[in-house]
Amino acid sequence: MSNVEQRAGQRAPRTWVAPTVTVVAVLLLWQAVVSFGLVPSFLLPSPTDVALALVTDAPVLSQHALVTVGEALIGLACGVAAGFLIACLMERFAVVRRALAPIVTVSQTIPTVAIAPLLVLWLGYGMLPKVLLVALTTFFPITVALAEGFASVDPDTVDLMRTMGASRMQVFRYAKLPAAAGSFFSGLRISATYAVVGAVVAEWLGGFEGLGVYMTRVRKSYSYDQMFAVIVIISVLSLALMGLVDALERWCMPWRRAERKATS
Amino acid sequence: MGEALEARGLTLSWEDQVVVEGLSLTVPAGGLACLVGRSGCGKTTVFHALAGLTEPDAGQVLLGGRDVTGRPGQVAYMLQKDLLLDQRTIVDNVALPLLVRGMKKAEAREKAAAEFARFGLAGCEGLYPCQLSGGMRQRAALLRTHLMDCQAVLMDEPFSALDALTRNDLRDWLRGMIDELGLTCMVVTHDVDEAVALADDIYVLAGDPAAGRPSRLVGEVPVPAPRADRAEFALSDEALAIKRRVLKSLA
Repeated sequence: MSNVEQRAGQRAPRTWVAPTVTVVAVLLLWQAVVSFGLVPSFLLPSPTDVALALVTDAPVLSQHALVTVGEALIGLACGVAAGFLIACLMERFAVVRRALAPIVTVSQTIPTVAIAPLLVLWLGYGMLPKVLLVALTTFFPITVALAEGFASVDPDTVDLMRTMGASRMQVFRYAKLPAAAGSFFSGLRISATYAVVGAVVAEWLGGFEGLGVYMTRVRKSYSYDQMFAVIVIISVLSLALMGLVDALERWCMPWRRAERKATS
Repeated sequence: MGEALEARGLTLSWEDQVVVEGLSLTVPAGGLACLVGRSGCGKTTVFHALAGLTEPDAGQVLLGGRDVTGRPGQVAYMLQKDLLLDQRTIVDNVALPLLVRGMKKAEAREKAAAEFARFGLAGCEGLYPCQLSGGMRQRAALLRTHLMDCQAVLMDEPFSALDALTRNDLRDWLRGMIDELGLTCMVVTHDVDEAVALADDIYVLAGDPAAGRPSRLVGEVPVPAPRADRAEFALSDEALAIKRRVLKSLA
């Protein structure tokens, strides 16, 4: 049997084994630390306590999670729309690029914990300030990624399209926009992780419902098992949102699959 | 049949430096000319002007007697790279000029797909550029250029990225295809052998713009052999004499 045939006969490495073993090992270690009394359980609940809290509080948690997911998704949609609009304007008009670039950058230097109470003060305890905070934190990665994507187009491609008689809009539609798709999804993946966390922070600083509100309540009652349960929910929601972005990317960019096959 | 392409007294600059001065040449309708010159002498600058992408400092570009100076979309231009868009299938890449002209997507695809067999691309319609070999990509780029429906075509070193064997095959195929389509064609190359194998006329551009000496046309060498017999002609003493003349002009 040749080397090539031998290699072809070998099983593909199981990529899920290493991370699964790591997670299980960390959970076992954590459980051991609490079970053997190295850290008191009222300070650090064990994984089984957290799992129990997740099960017993499931109805309440799901109710609050729904609110948070709603705020995160609406905020993310607004952030993506704003980021797309700003990036398009910056690409089209050099003067807009020069005018907005500093403001866009400065907007990201303001801590969300500083701006969230102000938004609550100005806009009340409803959904609007949360959505606005999520939009503010998510538009930046989209804007930067799209602006870079638009600029990445080969100038020769633009020249080629001009020789076809393409208008500026057609160059944008057929060359620049698809070329920016990869960058857009990279930005969207980062924004998706910011979205849930942004919504929770906004709820934490003022509101009536949502995981952030629930978190402040259980923290005040020193129910750290429930607090950890919320953290688990937040992580799962963020991962689910990232998975959704990955699926969307695969659907919107079918050529990536062909590229991967061609290079493998 | 294509239309005659003519440059009259073109002077071209790049970043405030005169690159080409007083260039005049004519490619007759259905003719195939090559522009040869050393790297950096301004061949691509000339093509940008002929394609209407840049305005000359002086002079005119005429297509079939019409002034097309600084008007893109009149002369088809196949740039050095194939520039197929990664995110579009081959049929959608090739159909791009039709879509730009406002044709409906389905109709454009149908019209483009009808030409695939003629260009040796049958079965590649739904593939992406990354799934094609260099030679096939160039064929696709040429089909896209053909669908621009222009009477004259400019090709800037179309085979430079290919290996020697593929280049030879594609050169023969291109010659036949240009004959069949009756196009007026001008090719930039720095390969004198390629120029002799392809052209009816070889224009030699020489100068050193970077050193402040703008390039000028220093020679026009006709190749007096039918295009169909070029493979045999390339091995003859006459072809060797033409190469010597071109190289002498370049020196």
